[in-house]
Amino acid sequence: MTDTTSQPIPPQNKRNMFQQLELDVRLLGMIGAFVILCIGFNLVTDGRFLTPRNIFNLTIQTVSVAIMASGMVFVIVTRHIDLSVGALLATCSAVMAMTQTEFLPHVLGLGLNHPLTWVLTVVVGLATGTLIGAFQGWMVGYLTIPAFIVTLGGFLVWRNVAWYLTDGQTIGPLDSTFLIFGGTNGTLGVSLSWILGVVATVLALLTLWNSRRAKLAHEFPVKPLWAEGVMALIVSGAILGFVAVLNAYEIPTRRLARLFEARGEVMPEGFTQGYGLPISVLILIGVAVVMTVVAKRTRLGRYIFATGGNPDAAELSGINTRLLTVKIFAIMGFLCALSAVVASARLANHSNDIGTLDELRVIAAAVIGGTALSGGFGTIYGAILGALIMQSLQSGMAMVGVDAPFQNIVVGTVLVAAVFIDIVYRKRVGAK
Amino acid sequence: MATPKELRAQGATPMVEMNNISISFGGIKAVDDVSVDLHPGEVVGLLGHNGAGKSTLIKVLSGAYKMDSGEIRINGNKVEITNPRDARSHNIETIYQTLALADNLDAASNLFLGREIVTATGLVNDAAMEAECRKIMGRLNPNFRKFNEPVSALSGGQRQSVAIARAVYFNAKILIMDEPTAALGPHETQMVAELIQQLKAQGIGIFLIDHDVHAVMELCDRASVMKNGQLVGTVNIEDVTDDDLLSMIILGKKPGEAAA
Repeated sequence: MTDTTSQPIPPQNKRNMFQQLELDVRLLGMIGAFVILCIGFNLVTDGRFLTPRNIFNLTIQTVSVAIMASGMVFVIVTRHIDLSVGALLATCSAVMAMTQTEFLPHVLGLGLNHPLTWVLTVVVGLATGTLIGAFQGWMVGYLTIPAFIVTLGGFLVWRNVAWYLTDGQTIGPLDSTFLIFGGTNGTLGVSLSWILGVVATVLALLTLWNSRRAKLAHEFPVKPLWAEGVMALIVSGAILGFVAVLNAYEIPTRRLARLFEARGEVMPEGFTQGYGLPISVLILIGVAVVMTVVAKRTRLGRYIFATGGNPDAAELSGINTRLLTVKIFAIMGFLCALSAVVASARLANHSNDIGTLDELRVIAAAVIGGTALSGGFGTIYGAILGALIMQSLQSGMAMVGVDAPFQNIVVGTVLVAAVFIDIVYRKRVGAK
Repeated sequence: MATPKELRAQGATPMVEMNNISISFGGIKAVDDVSVDLHPGEVVGLLGHNGAGKSTLIKVLSGAYKMDSGEIRINGNKVEITNPRDARSHNIETIYQTLALADNLDAASNLFLGREIVTATGLVNDAAMEAECRKIMGRLNPNFRKFNEPVSALSGGQRQSVAIARAVYFNAKILIMDEPTAALGPHETQMVAELIQQLKAQGIGIFLIDHDVHAVMELCDRASVMKNGQLVGTVNIEDVTDDDLLSMIILGKKPGEAAA
């Protein structure tokens, strides 16, 4: 069949610089908004916002919501919703808190700080989250109860299962090895962070190179070499710059002194040490990479997006969309449990209100990050950037001294405005 | 190669036999004890009003619906088709009236949906799929250029060619076309007609669902007419006129019969 109305392809030289870089305009817009936000807060707070200390804190505060937001992308892409993530996080956190403080010491005789304690705790927590997620997914996929209802029920059920498990008490202290997942208590230090930064840069450059080679092998059009070069520079600059900033945040002297005391040593005069990359941030980066690979390069991801774009077509193509729904919610549950590890380790205890309102933050992060509630569109990096923007907004306003009610009013307004801008943008470029 | 007509005359086993198929939805018999068959290289038209049950009948063959009773035989062997994967495993491909494309994905992803080419490590091989997609589109629709855009950005004809490419790429032996020209202009309709002739010459059997009696007269070897879920009759196209077919569709009687 021919299409007589098809327009000739525009010649290469007419494309502008941004098009040659093949950058996602939407992503650029988000990064732009984020940069303006940061610079704005930095000016108002007399430079306190963009200090290594604040960037470090901002990063570790974002991790928990960002991990869940990456899972929420899959849920929303397939036209579902998960309102239970905050409550599920609480249940996982409660299960893990009880596992390490009650079950392991009293039943297996493994004390707190036993080398196996944290491993077993994390395994139990992740299994709990995955199972609950899969169960909710089964109700959505096989019993065809709308996800909104299943997870609204789950929101009440899991929040109160957590309460019941712990009698509403705050459970602590937690295992000391477990706490390294929280952020401040578990960082890589300066040299290891640099090594990782360099390795990550090399891997990123290899990925760019490989994708170009694959395109050339099939004789598809590729970007000009200068554009590849600029991309490579931006990517390596971003990775190494991030490492440099986190390394620049130095561990407070008193804390360092305590660390030396604990080892029975005396701290040398004038000794300083940077925090480096927090382990929780590494977990988030790992999640982001794995989820992006799943989304873009696996059949599972392809089916998730196909189902979101046209559920009937996916079904007619032989995709088992029911089982797919179970898998998506299981992934979501797993990530809630992972967030529970990070969140409870950051607080150094399990409190009854852990994860409260997280479901709204997670959904908002995914949506601000460009995930369309109508299904079929969304990116992992967008959702994580969305989480970062929300967290920056919140802590920036707190630094400036905006009253708590106004903080939430602003965040709510930004959410609606961001989606409106997205709708206008999508209409302009003609995408759905 | 024997023509479909000779094959029928010899009493050869048909490629597809759908025998006594019934399916009902909420008490209404959408398809009531209908039997149709198909030989290699044959085009069988399925005619009838909206709601006559032709799409439902054919969705039993493509695995989208499960029949309540009846049997399907492929080359004489009884087969179970309970989902679209089963149908595909018997080389039955379908071009749906709605095209069944995921609008947010590009042409190659749609072409290979459910049957992706993967690398040794199990990851989807987009470059290889795009290359294959470019090859087949080069044959079907040489003007097709938008390989890296979601199919929502394509024209009706381009979308149709993606759907057709998906059906013919995977060595279909049995092809189901549900109103393939409904959304097309005259020029593109002509292209589809030529394609059907080509596929027929390759020995592919085609079920063609269409409203247009003229198109059926032109393209088909036989026509089965349905009304209210029941089979009115199956006729050789060369034995009937447009009017005969029309009266079968409208009055539900075979030529020569008195009106019921």
